[in-house]
Amino acid sequence: MNSFIQYIVSIFKGVWTLLVGMKVTGKYFFTPWKHLTHQYPENRDTLVMFERYRGEVIMPHTDNNEHKCTGCGICELNCPNGSIEIITKSIITPEGKKKRVIDRHIYHLGMCTFCNLCVKTCPTGAIVMGQEFEHAVWDRTKLTKVLNKPGSKISEGVKE
Amino acid sequence: MAFNIYDFTTLTHDIHQGLSESFSPFVATTIEWVIVGVTYLMFVALFGLFLVYTERKVCAAFQQRLGPMRVGPWGLLQTIADFIKLLMKELIMPRKADWFLYNLAPFIVIIASFLAIAVIPFAPGLQSLDFDIGVFYLTAVSSVGVIGILLAGWSSNNKYSLIGAMRSGAQILSYELSVSLSLLTMVVFAGSMQFSTIVESQRDAWFIFSGHIPAIIAFVVFLVAGTAETNRGPFDLAEAESELVAGFHTEYSGIKFAMFFLAEYINLFIISAVAATVFLGGWMPLHFGNFESFNHIMDFIPPIVWFFMKVLGVIFIIMWFKWTFPRLRVDQILTLEWKYLLPINLINILLMALVVLTKFHF
Repeated sequence: MNSFIQYIVSIFKGVWTLLVGMKVTGKYFFTPWKHLTHQYPENRDTLVMFERYRGEVIMPHTDNNEHKCTGCGICELNCPNGSIEIITKSIITPEGKKKRVIDRHIYHLGMCTFCNLCVKTCPTGAIVMGQEFEHAVWDRTKLTKVLNKPGSKISEGVKE
Repeated sequence: MAFNIYDFTTLTHDIHQGLSESFSPFVATTIEWVIVGVTYLMFVALFGLFLVYTERKVCAAFQQRLGPMRVGPWGLLQTIADFIKLLMKELIMPRKADWFLYNLAPFIVIIASFLAIAVIPFAPGLQSLDFDIGVFYLTAVSSVGVIGILLAGWSSNNKYSLIGAMRSGAQILSYELSVSLSLLTMVVFAGSMQFSTIVESQRDAWFIFSGHIPAIIAFVVFLVAGTAETNRGPFDLAEAESELVAGFHTEYSGIKFAMFFLAEYINLFIISAVAATVFLGGWMPLHFGNFESFNHIMDFIPPIVWFFMKVLGVIFIIMWFKWTFPRLRVDQILTLEWKYLLPINLINILLMALVVLTKFHF
């Protein structure tokens, strides 16, 4: 008798769980404005990538063409596949001291796996992940980028 | 020719009259056969294409996607493009396949579907076979298709095909019982096996309303068993893309594959049409007892529109099943049939007999 009651209960329980599942998918079906797929080339003008998206490594510059990179080379050390090369140079500061600054921050986009380690370990927050994702080029050499703009210098007050 | 959207009997009668006047009876009958055959072929091909498109769109909507959008506006020409592609593909046969059975199998599957579609009443006058044993005939011919599936699996000489076919055989043979018994429940209620009579006796109230509890149970059981009969998800063990490649039609390509594909969607249509006819009143408009004006407004919608509205509704529910539930294992599928659906059905048929005897229905 007990097992018979269990049998009956199992039928109703089974039907109930199936209905719960159908409610979930039904909600998806009847709210078509919440659908996730984008029609990519058509919505190119209005498309906004979300903040966490890792499209490429960029170095933000201020309006005075200043960046925060000290040329310490920690990002180069942390890059697992050698996508970053730091080339530094020595300059004489107005006080007459010798100082090492960044010459070229070379970033090989073609090798990058977008692991975010360089951004995480940068002590001054000089590099961040950008949202640009249309990287197709006709020539492989165009994938090698220099992140610091020509003539840029380190902004005042960045601790070395 | 008198064309009346509400009643097609005059149209068919006029065609018959016109042909009989100018031809001998033999030639006239032959021409009528051809007309009926071409009509069904056209309908099946177009409705099949439409169903494939609907399936992809509905599936996409259930998964928060958009579905085909590129070919034509809203992807409307996608299935036509796919069909042309299938027509042009090479027909490849495995070297050690059984030549005769391999080529026969798709035809058996699609012929079974065509046999079954013949008894469906689309609208008054639009029914090519009106047997007094319509329901019996339908259950008989709809199970012929499994022979084609078994042959396809066997003759392909491929282990995946054979496993798929064996699963399909076990499944369809089991679920045939539930389909027949749930239809039998409604035959007990209607007192007739003829489809036209079944539809006619639902003039005042559809069977699912007038038969109340046993009819609703039979409807649910029929939907579940019908889904299993058409080899659709969650009962798509016979194909099981993720485990068996494509099951019994793994080795088929081109137009032969298209036949299996089309047969699957015709079977979906047949199951839905039978559910609509037997439980939801076929082409009968929605009528409620004494609401004269309401009933009158409902009569303005042509019967063929009513029929397709109901069929598409049932098709939508079956698609909803497919894109919600995970696939069952073989033992689970047989447990569901033999330990749950069959006992429920047997009790339900007794209940229906009781309802009919005590006249406890509307």
